[in-house]
Amino acid sequence: MSTSATLSHTALPNNKPLITVRGLSFHRSERIIFQDVDLDIPRGRITAIMGPSGAGKTTLLRLISGQIRPDAGRIEVDGVCIHQLGRRELYQLRKRMGMLFQSGALFTDLSVFDNVAFPLREHTRLPAHLIRTLVLMKLESVGLRGARELMPAELSGGMARRVALARAIALDPMMILYDEPFAGQDPISMGVLIKLIRTLNNALGLTSIIVSHDVKETAAIADYLYLMSDGRVVEHGTPATLGHSASPWVTQFMHALPDGPVSFHYPAPPYSADLLLAGAPA
Amino acid sequence: MIAVLTKIGQSVLDPLARMGRANLFFLRLLGALSFLLQRPGLLVKQLHAVGVLSLPIILVSGLFVGMVLGLQGYANLVDFGATSSLGTVVALSLVRELGPVLTALLYAGRAGSALTAGIGLMKATEQLASMQMMAVDPFQRVLAPRFLAGFIAVPLLTGIFTAVGILGGYLVAVVQLGVDGGAFWAQMQAKVHFFTDVVNGVVLKSLVFGVVANWIALFEGYEAQPTSEGISLATTRTVVSTSLAVLGLDFLLTALMFGVW
Amino acid sequence: MAKKNLELAVGLFVVLGLAALFLLALKVSDIASLGEDKGYRVSARFENIGGLKVRAPVTLGGVRIGRVVGIDLDPQRYEAVVTLSIDPRYDHLPEDSSASILTSGLLGEQYVGLEPGGMDSALKNGSTLKLTQSALVLEKLIGRMVTNAASGDPPPAKTP
Ligand SMILES: Nc1ncnc2c1ncn2[C@@H]1O[C@H](COP(=O)(O)OP(=O)(O)OP(=O)(O)O)[C@@H](O)[C@H]1O
Ligand SMILES: [Mg+2]
Repeated sequence: MSTSATLSHTALPNNKPLITVRGLSFHRSERIIFQDVDLDIPRGRITAIMGPSGAGKTTLLRLISGQIRPDAGRIEVDGVCIHQLGRRELYQLRKRMGMLFQSGALFTDLSVFDNVAFPLREHTRLPAHLIRTLVLMKLESVGLRGARELMPAELSGGMARRVALARAIALDPMMILYDEPFAGQDPISMGVLIKLIRTLNNALGLTSIIVSHDVKETAAIADYLYLMSDGRVVEHGTPATLGHSASPWVTQFMHALPDGPVSFHYPAPPYSADLLLAGAPA
Repeated sequence: MIAVLTKIGQSVLDPLARMGRANLFFLRLLGALSFLLQRPGLLVKQLHAVGVLSLPIILVSGLFVGMVLGLQGYANLVDFGATSSLGTVVALSLVRELGPVLTALLYAGRAGSALTAGIGLMKATEQLASMQMMAVDPFQRVLAPRFLAGFIAVPLLTGIFTAVGILGGYLVAVVQLGVDGGAFWAQMQAKVHFFTDVVNGVVLKSLVFGVVANWIALFEGYEAQPTSEGISLATTRTVVSTSLAVLGLDFLLTALMFGVW
Repeated sequence: MAKKNLELAVGLFVVLGLAALFLLALKVSDIASLGEDKGYRVSARFENIGGLKVRAPVTLGGVRIGRVVGIDLDPQRYEAVVTLSIDPRYDHLPEDSSASILTSGLLGEQYVGLEPGGMDSALKNGSTLKLTQSALVLEKLIGRMVTNAASGDPPPAKTP
């Protein structure tokens, strides 16, 4: 209903968004994580989803990729409702999706090379030398061609995540979901990654969703930003508009101010009450 | 009051729901087996993990169990001048009961627990989820090869355990205690029947135990809470449930096969 | 390289396992004697066979020459008819040989022992052994010993 209204900011090559989320609600045990969330992810763009830790960003990616089902609402990816697909169709769709897990999630029994080769070997019948070429290209683009013989246990956290990125782009998907791509990267590899994500996006025309709380870096490459908190979208817009937003919430988050309406704490009873309770003999 | 009733209700329904999930899990596992026709290479690595690496414990245990059977059997039979039946005693105990049962118990401790911990860790570190995100079904790629490898390995290990056990009995009886070697083998061959003892005991029992032990191990791993406590709990549960299931089933199978009822 | 070793180890494991199963079948169980029943049949009648079972060995001079393949009851004469299968290698056993049911050891299994006779004509398929000695049944033996003792000594107590 309000689809086009939220996205009138740019002229898109294909006007229909790749992903539309409508009325999404989701809870885990007692805790409501999303309540009536609407989102649009435009095609061929980099969209960033930001929010404080625990806001549900990883959960949102898992919902979009069909790993978990929403309680209510619709999530459409390329025109199909992903949570109504059978396993076969879902897998068909996922061959065109890449996902970078927050933890990297490399296969610990395979070497770096075999990890990146994994999706190629599972889904293509390419001869070994072509697979080798492709794997080395992907590893080169994340700067880890020299580490191809190492096992995941021998990698640092940041290196593991770059290998996972190489694996996520191995099949040249139409969209990539990045969960915290910048966490644990030194300034140089951070710069390389930013450039890589940009290049992938521009050169291959793929759609990227970045989940991050690195405001500066994310704002630098994202075309569009969603800010989430307390189970809803607080604000959305281009980095430029959000940077000058009048909302105190957005200002605090975008400029990383310690004081303001954003709660740093997980929901809890008042601090003083909690302390007094502990002092009293239970 | 209501809280108590709810607790009781839960303690009935939770195991039932779990059993339902275990059955669905087994069906999906069977459905995924055909994938191995395309990728038989996946079996080799798993056969190594559950079979080859279990060999030392199976060989050593089998030898010692056989030697103890030889000693105990001799001590009892010598009073009746019936030590020539020692071969029969050793072989029948091993072929019918001790071979399949002890192999399954040792397998649960050595390989089953490793299967559970391995799958549980793959789940905890999101390896299974990332595999699914790459449109690869973990049932086909991870669980089915492990299941089939275990299913093949258990009967082979049982055969090895039993054969080594009989050899151990022979060493003690014939080489050490001087029982007549010819009588040892001849009596054994006269009393151990191929279909009722070897096929029923070593082959059929071990096939059943192989299914059960691997099913439990993989299911516990797949259901494990993705935390270190969850995985250690699941590993313990694998060993305990497999042992109980094997012993219970063994009683049932013995009653059916050897016509005690 | 490592992969080759892995495959080798797995191959060895499978061969070892199958070899163990074969060993159990051939060396431990009676499968070797299951198919091979080319022996000729000879029957013998006994008053009492005690605990004799099908498959029990038939020996001559301690050497195994065949096995029991059938045990039936003759409903007219109330005698046990035991069918023996004798290895065709031993086809010159005298026709008047005798058969006894013996026990190996005090509690061992029972088997059929043959004693060669002196005739020239040989046993052949379908022959019947005329001279037989039934199994010693422990209870009867003890019973006889008790009555003998009772009749020999002045009876201090009556035996039922
Ligand atoms: N398996 C689970 N069971 C129960 N609650 C969960 C589970 N996973 C996540 N949660 C809850 O869901 C909420 C959102 O988690 P999520 O991982 O999506 O956060 P996030 O925004 O990705 O945080 P971060 O930036 O730290 O990665 C958290 O409050 C967490 O407590
Ligand atoms: Mg997260």
